Amino acid sequence: MQDPRNPRPPSGLAWRWGVIGLAVIGTAAVFGYAGGWLAPDRLSPKKIINVLQANGGDHPGYRRNHAKGICVGGHFESSGQLAPFSSAKLFGPGNTPVVGRLAIPGGNPQAPDSSAPIRSFALRFDMADGEQWRTGMNAMPVFPVGTPQAFYELNVATAPDPATGKPNPDKAKAFFGTHPETGPFLMWISHAKPPASYVDETYKSLNAFYLRDPAGQRHAVRWQVVPETPSTGDGSPAAGDTDYLAADLQKRLAAGPARWHLQFVFANDGDPVDDASKAWPDDRKVVDAGTIVIDSWQPQAEGPCRDVNYDPAILPHGMEISGDPIIVARSAAYAESYLRRTSEEGHLPGTERPKGETP
Amino acid sequence: MSRYDTFHPVARVLHWLMAIMILSMLFIGAGMVSTLAEKHATLVAIHRPLGMIIFVLALIRLGFRLAHRPPPLPVDLPEWQKLAAKGSHWVLYALMILMPLIGWGMLSAGKYPVVMWGGFVLPPILPQDPALFAWLREAHRYLAWLFFLTFLAHMGAALMHGLIRRDGVLKSMTTGN
Repeated sequence: MQDPRNPRPPSGLAWRWGVIGLAVIGTAAVFGYAGGWLAPDRLSPKKIINVLQANGGDHPGYRRNHAKGICVGGHFESSGQLAPFSSAKLFGPGNTPVVGRLAIPGGNPQAPDSSAPIRSFALRFDMADGEQWRTGMNAMPVFPVGTPQAFYELNVATAPDPATGKPNPDKAKAFFGTHPETGPFLMWISHAKPPASYVDETYKSLNAFYLRDPAGQRHAVRWQVVPETPSTGDGSPAAGDTDYLAADLQKRLAAGPARWHLQFVFANDGDPVDDASKAWPDDRKVVDAGTIVIDSWQPQAEGPCRDVNYDPAILPHGMEISGDPIIVARSAAYAESYLRRTSEEGHLPGTERPKGETP
Repeated sequence: MSRYDTFHPVARVLHWLMAIMILSMLFIGAGMVSTLAEKHATLVAIHRPLGMIIFVLALIRLGFRLAHRPPPLPVDLPEWQKLAAKGSHWVLYALMILMPLIGWGMLSAGKYPVVMWGGFVLPPILPQDPALFAWLREAHRYLAWLFFLTFLAHMGAALMHGLIRRDGVLKSMTTGN
C-alpha cells in the first residue's frame, strides 16, 4: 500500500482523515453560504420575482412586472451637450439606434390600461462598438420606497387577497404606516389619473447614477425623457376601452415620429444619491443630451423588445451605478425574470408553455 | 529543472494560479446569482473578465499538458483510483474551457454586451436567441455544480495522497519530490 519512500503507515490516521473531511465539508459549507442555500433569510432575486409573479398571476413567457407593453424603435440624436460630463461615446456627435418598450406596471399582460396611473419607458441604446446603455424609466416623480427589502414588503403587503382579488387595505395601511418614505409617492398617486397616451408623458430614471467625465470627475445625475410636444389632450379613451394606449401610439406614429428630450438633472451637494424615494428640488442644473426619436412600433409578442432585459445596471463606459441599492436589486431581479420567461419561450423542461402555443 | 516524478514548474504555477481563480469564480458565481445586494454588481463585473482570463490560461495549460507528460501515478494505486484520477482531470480541463465559452455564448444569445473592462466589449459568438440563452444559462448553472463537486473530489483525493498514502503525488504538484 505504502510508497517505498514512506514504508511505515502514518501515525494519527484518524486525525489525518479528520483534516481531509473537514477541508471538504468546510469548503462545501462556505460554498453553500455564498450561494444562499445556507442563508435562507437572504432577500434573493427569486424571492422578489416570486412575489411579483404571485401578485400578477401565471403568464408564461411574459415579464414578471410591466408585462403589458409595446415595442418601439427609433434613434437617439445626441446634442453633444452632455459630452463634457460623460465620456460615454453616445453623447458625442452622431446618432445611436434604440430599441424601446412602452408599458404599464403589473404582472398581468391582459390588464386594462387604466389599471395603474403609471406608464413606463425602457430603452436600449446600441452603440457601434458593441457597448450598450439600458434604462427603464417610469412616469412618476419618485420611487415608492428606497430599499429592495421595503420593495419586497410593499409587494407582500399589497398582494391581492384570495377572497376578494383586491389588496387587503389593513395590510397595505400597516405597511405604509411603518414606511414614512412612501409619503411623497402616496401624495402623488392619490390624485394621479391613468394617462391616455404614452407619448405625452415624462419618464424618469428615479434612481441616481454617476456620469464620469473625460477628466475622471464623476457627477451624480438622474435623467428624464420629456416629450417635445406638449400634451394635446387628444385620444381620451372610450368608456370600456382597455387597450387604448397601443391604439393611441399607433395613430400618433402614423402621423409622424414621437420625440422626447433626454435631460440629465445634476445633484447639488447634499442631494440624496442613494435613495430613489426622495425627489430633488426643481431648480437643479439640467443638461439636454439630445432627442429620442421614436418612429416605429411592433406588438411585443414578435417585436425586438420582447427578448431584451432592460437591466438598469448595463451602462457604457462613462456612466456608473451609484450607491442606490434599488439599481442593483433591479439588475439581479430582472435577470431572474428574464431567465424564467426565456426558459418558457424555449420550452425548457419543467417550465410552463406560453399560452396560445400548441404543444 | 523538471524531474520525472514532479510536475514541470510551469505546470505547477499554472495549476495553483488557476486553482485560486477557478475557486474564486465558483464562489463569485454562486454569490452573485443569490443576492440582490450591492455586491451583486461588483461580482458580475469581476466574473466576466476573470472567466475570460481562465479561458485563455486553460488553453495555454492544455497545450502545455499535451506537450509535457505528467509524472505517472504510483504503480500500487488501485485501478479504480487511477481511472478516477485521469477521468476527473479531463473533466476539469473540459470545464475550464467550456464554462467561459458557455458564459460568453449565453450573454451573446441574450444580446448582452460582454463587457470586460472600461468600454472594452467582446463581440458576440452566437446570434440572439432566447431559447438558446435559457439552455446555456441552465447549462452554466449545472456545469458549475459539476465543477465544484469535481473540485471537492480532487481536493479530497490530493489530501488523501498527501496525508494518508504519502506517496509523493501531492508533492509532485507542490514543492516537488
